[in-house]
Amino acid sequence: MNTILTKPKDISILTENGIFAPSRVMLDLKHLKKVYPTPKGDYVVLEDLNLQIMKEEFVTIIGHSGCGKTTMLSMIAGLNEISGGSISVLGKRIKGPGPDRGVIFQAPSLMPWMTSLQNVMLGVNQVFPHAKKAQRIDIAKYYLQKVGLEDAYNKKASELSQGMQQRVGIARAFAIKPKVLLLDEPFGMLDSLTRGELQDILIEIWNKEKITAVMITHDVDEAIFLADRVVMMTSGPKAKIGDVLDIDFERPRTRKTVLEHDDYYTYRKHLIDFLEH
Amino acid sequence: MKQTITLGKVTKFVGLGFLSTFKDLFTGKLEKEDLQNFLRKIVVPIASVFLFIGLWHMGAESLYNTEAEFKIQKALRDQGPEAAEAMRECIALGDLSCRPNTLPSPAQVWESYKSLLRDHQIISADKAEFADKTAVLNQKRLAEGKEPIVYTGRPSFVDQIFRSLKTVFAGFLLAFLIAVPLGIFIGLSPTLKSAFNWFIQIFKPVSPVVWYLLVFMIVKTLLIDSSEDSSFTISFISVGLCSMWATLVNTAMGVSSVDKDYINVAKVLKLGAFQKIFKVVLPSSLPLIFTGLKITLSVAWMVLIAIELLAQSPGLGLFVWEEFQNGANDSNAKIIVAMFVIGIIGFLLDRLMLTVQNMVSFNKTEAI
Repeated sequence: MNTILTKPKDISILTENGIFAPSRVMLDLKHLKKVYPTPKGDYVVLEDLNLQIMKEEFVTIIGHSGCGKTTMLSMIAGLNEISGGSISVLGKRIKGPGPDRGVIFQAPSLMPWMTSLQNVMLGVNQVFPHAKKAQRIDIAKYYLQKVGLEDAYNKKASELSQGMQQRVGIARAFAIKPKVLLLDEPFGMLDSLTRGELQDILIEIWNKEKITAVMITHDVDEAIFLADRVVMMTSGPKAKIGDVLDIDFERPRTRKTVLEHDDYYTYRKHLIDFLEH
Repeated sequence: MKQTITLGKVTKFVGLGFLSTFKDLFTGKLEKEDLQNFLRKIVVPIASVFLFIGLWHMGAESLYNTEAEFKIQKALRDQGPEAAEAMRECIALGDLSCRPNTLPSPAQVWESYKSLLRDHQIISADKAEFADKTAVLNQKRLAEGKEPIVYTGRPSFVDQIFRSLKTVFAGFLLAFLIAVPLGIFIGLSPTLKSAFNWFIQIFKPVSPVVWYLLVFMIVKTLLIDSSEDSSFTISFISVGLCSMWATLVNTAMGVSSVDKDYINVAKVLKLGAFQKIFKVVLPSSLPLIFTGLKITLSVAWMVLIAIELLAQSPGLGLFVWEEFQNGANDSNAKIIVAMFVIGIIGFLLDRLMLTVQNMVSFNKTEAI
């Protein structure tokens, strides 16, 4: 078994052969394989990909475009068929998509004909069908307020800016209280100022909720700022995990303390070296 | 936030945005750059209307002269110079017996329009009088369980317009009730799509006349015992069947091409089939469905005239046909009046649909 941990930060949670104790594992990818059949023969996107993610861990995944990051994430979400191997959440194999794995998509993917509150309610109604309506509305409003949209409950999604739409996307994902949060380059389409703002909002909510998160990004600084571990994927085809970097900054973090930390540039150099080779 | 409704917004919303330029004209709010706008949006269309009427007038005059000359020559050939001279005088006097029967001039059409309105007033007065006269008698008949006496005089031009509108709306409703649900099912299920595809491809291009004949065959048998006039039923069903295809195809396309992101959201949230259709699929395909309905309504109005004519169902189509058969001296002018009325009503129906479309659509880009 290939060992994916380069620098375990807490030895006590590891079993003898370097694997996490099962009780701590939230998401377990084993020998994951993805094959797209083409007229010229099979195209292997991912092969023998192994990754374990602990409860309450924030993992960012970085790699070159087209290496299969998004394929992997949508397989975890259940939106893409698994060609081989398995994905388990809390030891149970996943079968298709479900609200135990919330997704924040690259495009905000809000229903433009609904208000921001209705968009969040769409998920809340589904996950808490037995709660009273007032309670469900309270949940939705709570998360909208957390992302700074308390003035825009009744605004149509189509009237919101990209950044505001993605805020609703964040609220919608947290409001269904998933076990795992999957983020597919959620800030890739935003300008850098808005991106920074949304990173702060995301990490602030995450600090409260501690939902296991897997996030794809292209942005090295974003990867370091948010993550407990940065997973680097090799370029496809037959992509697998190339390297894993533990980020040992204290939480809660602020952008300032992270940037001023001595290890920051070491981490940064490590990631950039990997991407450039 | 408070939304204010202004004349400009309203006119733009119903697709008559150019009207707000008029308001600016009268309130003196015209800026310098608006002048160019004003020229282009108001002056140019008005000028083109006058140009159109002018060309029409000249064309009509030239056709009139051609036919008059032909009549005189014919009289000369058949009956000699005296008859030709008599014909020339008769035509010059504008006598009805010898007037050339050709494309009417704008003035004649305007006259006919006024005479049709007068005719309507006379018939309406007649109807009111009839209703007064029979009111007591009808009450008695109703009490005795008999059918009331109804007015059976000929319908006026305006009555026929309303009759046509009734037929077109009944047909449109039928098309809506068939095409939208069927389109949703076809769009949702690839199996149903391949089951229905040949059907749609083959029957979509069939001409209204053939639809009419088909409906006639079926309805005639179904209503064989009924003494009622089936022409209305036949014509509205034919209109519905002719016009429903645009809605069917558009609905199926809208439903099957919902943004993949929305479908993914529905999958992740595990929405049930009912919720998925009503909260995600239908709202997102509404713009396409309404585009289909808009086409359906305009096709319905277009085929209506032909179908009324065939079905002998009262309405504008029958009016046009009867005037043509009639061949009276002002028949041609009345046909042209009907043509304008048909065109203007068609335009208004289109705007009506556009307004409804703008109201339900989340996508506020201006439809054309």
